[in-house]
Amino acid sequence: MISGRIKALLYLVILAAGIWAPFEYPAYTFQIALLWLMIVFALTWDILGGQMGYNSLGNIFFFGAGMYVCSVAQIGLYYDVAEYTAHFGAVKVDFTMGQYFTGLFVGLGLAALVSVVAAVIFGWIVFGLRGPYFAIGTLGVAIAAGELIGAWDYVGGGGGITLPSFPGDPEDRSNLFYFLNFALAIVTFLFVRWLYSTRFGLALNAIRDDEQKAEGMGIHTKRYKTIAWSIAAFFLGISGGIFGNMTGFIEPLEVAFPTVTFGIFMVLMVLLGGKGTLWGPVIGAVVFHVIKELTWTYLLGWQWVALGALIIIIVVYFQQGIVGWMMEQWPSMFGIVVEDKSEQAKEEAA
Amino acid sequence: MNNSVIEVTDVSKSFGGVVANRNISLTVPDGEITGLIGPNGSGKTTLFNSIVGYHPIDQGSIKFEGQEISDLNVQQIARLGLLRTFQQTRIYGKMDCVKNMLISVPHRKAKWSDMFTDYSAEDLEKAEHLLDFVGLYSKRKLLSGDLSFGQQKLLEFAMALMNEPKVLLLDEPTAGINPTLINGLIDRLLRANADFGITLLVIEHNMRVIMNLARHMYCLAHGELLASGAPEEIQNDQRVIDAYLGAH
Amino acid sequence: MFDNISLLGLAPFLNVQLLLDGLFIGAIFALAAYGLALVWGVMNVKNLAQGEFVIMGGYVSWWLSIPTMIWIGIPEIDFLFVYIPEITFLEFMKPRIHPLYGVPIAFVLLFGFGWAVYRTIISRVIDKDLFTSLLATFGLAIVIQQVLNLMFGPETQTADARFPVLTFMDNNVTVAQVKMISFLLAGLLAAVVVTFMKMSRMGQAIRATAQDARAARVMGINTDKVFAFTYSLNAAICGAAGALISMIWVIQPFYGIGHSIRAFVIVTAAGFGNLPGVIMAGLGMGVIENFGGFILGAEFQQAIVVGVLIAVLIWRQIQMARHRQVVQ
Repeated sequence: MISGRIKALLYLVILAAGIWAPFEYPAYTFQIALLWLMIVFALTWDILGGQMGYNSLGNIFFFGAGMYVCSVAQIGLYYDVAEYTAHFGAVKVDFTMGQYFTGLFVGLGLAALVSVVAAVIFGWIVFGLRGPYFAIGTLGVAIAAGELIGAWDYVGGGGGITLPSFPGDPEDRSNLFYFLNFALAIVTFLFVRWLYSTRFGLALNAIRDDEQKAEGMGIHTKRYKTIAWSIAAFFLGISGGIFGNMTGFIEPLEVAFPTVTFGIFMVLMVLLGGKGTLWGPVIGAVVFHVIKELTWTYLLGWQWVALGALIIIIVVYFQQGIVGWMMEQWPSMFGIVVEDKSEQAKEEAA
Repeated sequence: MNNSVIEVTDVSKSFGGVVANRNISLTVPDGEITGLIGPNGSGKTTLFNSIVGYHPIDQGSIKFEGQEISDLNVQQIARLGLLRTFQQTRIYGKMDCVKNMLISVPHRKAKWSDMFTDYSAEDLEKAEHLLDFVGLYSKRKLLSGDLSFGQQKLLEFAMALMNEPKVLLLDEPTAGINPTLINGLIDRLLRANADFGITLLVIEHNMRVIMNLARHMYCLAHGELLASGAPEEIQNDQRVIDAYLGAH
Repeated sequence: MFDNISLLGLAPFLNVQLLLDGLFIGAIFALAAYGLALVWGVMNVKNLAQGEFVIMGGYVSWWLSIPTMIWIGIPEIDFLFVYIPEITFLEFMKPRIHPLYGVPIAFVLLFGFGWAVYRTIISRVIDKDLFTSLLATFGLAIVIQQVLNLMFGPETQTADARFPVLTFMDNNVTVAQVKMISFLLAGLLAAVVVTFMKMSRMGQAIRATAQDARAARVMGINTDKVFAFTYSLNAAICGAAGALISMIWVIQPFYGIGHSIRAFVIVTAAGFGNLPGVIMAGLGMGVIENFGGFILGAEFQQAIVVGVLIAVLIWRQIQMARHRQVVQ
C-alpha cells in the first residue's frame, strides 16, 4: 500500500501547484479553474454513479439550478429582477464591492440550499426507478428544466442573464473565481474522502452491490440514497453559482443545463478515471480536461464527433478506467487481497 | 406450546390467475426451530416473501410478536428483527467479507447521526468472531464475490447473525453445499438457535437435515397447508408422501 | 394558454384537426417505438440512438428530393511541397427523386448502417450491464447528430412531396394528402414486419431468442445473427419512419433526442411485447403532443415530450409500488 507519508506529500504538491498555477500562468487561469470545476463534476457524479450504482444522466440539473438561484439572488438583493432581465444586460448596474460580495455569498448559499431541496423532491420522484429508467428519467428532468427556464421571462428566458460585473480589477476577478473553484474542488474531495470512510460509504456500496439484499437487511436505503443525492446537489449547486459568475453570462441550454456537454463529461470523466474509486474521478477529470483543451481547437469542427467517438471507445474498450485498470494490475498497492490460487488448490486437494 | 412469535392466519396470495398460497395458517413458536417443507412449486418461497414483506398479500393476517406486519415493507420488517436469507445467495460481491459483516449491523438502533460515524471496535470484534463462527476467518479480507458458492452461503448466514434478528427465515440453507459440509452447517444452525436464542423457520428439501433440526414441521402442497406436526408424524404421513411422489 | 383552451371549445373543428394531425404523426412514433421494443425485448439493449436513426432516414429522403450538385474526384492537395490540383472525374446535377422513393431506400440504407453499428459497437456491449449499452448508444447518437450537422447544416428541412391538400367539413379541416399516404405506408410497413415476425424462420428465431436467449442458443439458433438482424431491422424501421417524417413534418440534426425519448415513453407506457399497446400509446403520444403544442405554444414541443416522459415514469412507479416493486 502507498504509505501515509507519500500521500501527505502528494496532497501538499497538489495544493501548492493549485495556488501557484494562476500566478505562473495568468493567461490560462480560466482553463485551470475549469479543471477544478471538472474535478467537482466527476467527484459528485461518482457518489451516485460509482459508489451507489445509480447512473444519472441528469446531475447537471443541480448545476443549472444553482447557477440560476445564485444569479437571481445576487441581482434580487439590490434590484428588481424582472426589470433587470428584461433589458438583457443593457442596463448597467454598478455594485459596490460590499454589495457584490454580499450578493455572491448569499447567492452561493441559497444555490446550495435550493439544490439540496430540489434533490430531496426529485429523489422522491426518481428513486423508485432503476437502471436505464433512472438514467433516462434524470436526463428528462434536466432537459425539462432547461426548456422551462427558457420559457420563463422573469429569469430572462432563452435570452439569459448577464451577471453584475465585478467592481474591480479584471485580474482580481479571474483570481477570485479561480480560487473559489479551487477551494470547492478541495473541499469536495476531502468531504467525499471522509464520507467513504464512514458507515455511509459502506451503505452506498451495499446498495450498489445488491439493493434488494440491503433492503432485506433493514438498511434505510431511501434515506441513504436521498442524502447521497443531496450531497452531490449541494456541491453542484455551489459550482453552478461560481461558474455563472465566472463566465458572466448565463442562459438555459448551453450554459446552465448543457446535458450533452458538461452533463455527459461528468459520466465520461468518471468512466475514464475509474468508477467507484476515490482518485478515479480526479484522474479522469484531469486527463480528459487536458486532452480536450489541447486537441479541441485542432479538430476543426469535428470535436463533437470526436467526443461521441471517445464515449463509445471508453465504454466499449476501457470500462474499468485508469484506476480500475491499475487495481487489476497491482491489487496489493490498493490493499486488495487476492487469494493465492496455488494455496487454494492445495487446500482443495487436502 | 409456548407463545408463538409469528402467527400467519388465513393468508392467500395469487399472481395473475395463479394461486401460490391459499388460506394458509401457521405459527412459529418462540425460540424453536420450525421446518417448512413441500414439493417444488408448492408455495414455500411465496409464503416466505409474504412474511418478510416482499409483496402485499391478498387476504389474511401476519403477526410478528403480536404486531400486524402484512402492511409493512421489507425494511421496516427487517428492522423489527425478522430477517430472511435467499435461496439464490445474495451478498455484496464487490466488498470484502469484513465490510459485508459491518454493514449488516442491526439498523433498528440506527439514528440519523450514526450514518456518518465509523464502526466501533466492538462491531469489528463481533464481525470477526462471527466470521470465525462460520469458518471464514481466514478469508475475511477477500472480496466476497470471489468466494465459492458454499462459502458465500456461510457468509450470508453470518451476516444475518450480525443483524441480531429475533427470527431468521432460511430458504434452503443446504442447497448447493458440499455434502461433507452439511453436518457442520446443521451444527451451526442448532448453535445459533441455542446460543444466540434465534428462532428459526427453515425451508428445506433435504429430509435428513430437517429431521435433525426441526421440532415442529409444516408441509405445503399446491399452495395449501397439507399437514403439520412433529417430524416423525410428517415423515410417515401418507398425504405428504403422496404429495412428494406426485399423486393427487 | 387559457385563451387557446377556450378557442378549442369555441371551434370544434379545431379539435378534429388537431386530433387528425396527432394521429398521423403518432402512427410514425409508434413505428419507431415498435423498433425500440423489438431491440429492447430481444437483446435487452436500450438504444438511445433510436431518434438519430429516424433523423438519418429523414435526411436520406430529403436529400433525394432536392436538386444538388454531385462531385466525384480528388480535391486539391498542397502538403509538404507536393501540389496536386483538383481533379474532377464527374460532376453533375442530381435529379430530384420523389421523397416517397426515399422510404424504401432509407429502409435499405439504414438496415446496412444498423448492421455495421451492431458489428462494431453493439455486439461488444450486449453482454455488459445496461448502462453500458445506454451510454454507448448515447455516444453513437452524438456522433450521428454532429456528422449530420456538418453535412447538412443546422436548418430544419422538409422534403416537398408536392401532393395537394384536401379539405373537409366546409374547409374547416385540412388534411395534406401526403399525411394520409404516410399513414397508410406506416400501417403497411407495420403489417409487413408483424407478418414477417410471425411467418418467417428468422422471425421465429427472433421471438424464440426474445423469450430465452440461452435456451435458443442451446437449441442451435445463432443468436449473434439474430441480434444483428434485429438491430438492423430496428434501424431500417426507424429509417423508413424518418423518411415519412421528412415529408409530413420537419427534420433537423438535433431533433433525434426528442424521437428517442418519444420511443422510450411509448415503450415504457405500453410494455414491450405488447404491439396493440405500442400502437395505442404511439397514437396517444402524437395526439397529446399536438394538443399540448396548440395550448401551450410550439416552443414547448420538447418540454411536452419530456413532461410526458416524467409523467409516465411517475405513473409506472405508483403502479409498481402497489406491488411493493420498483421500475426496472
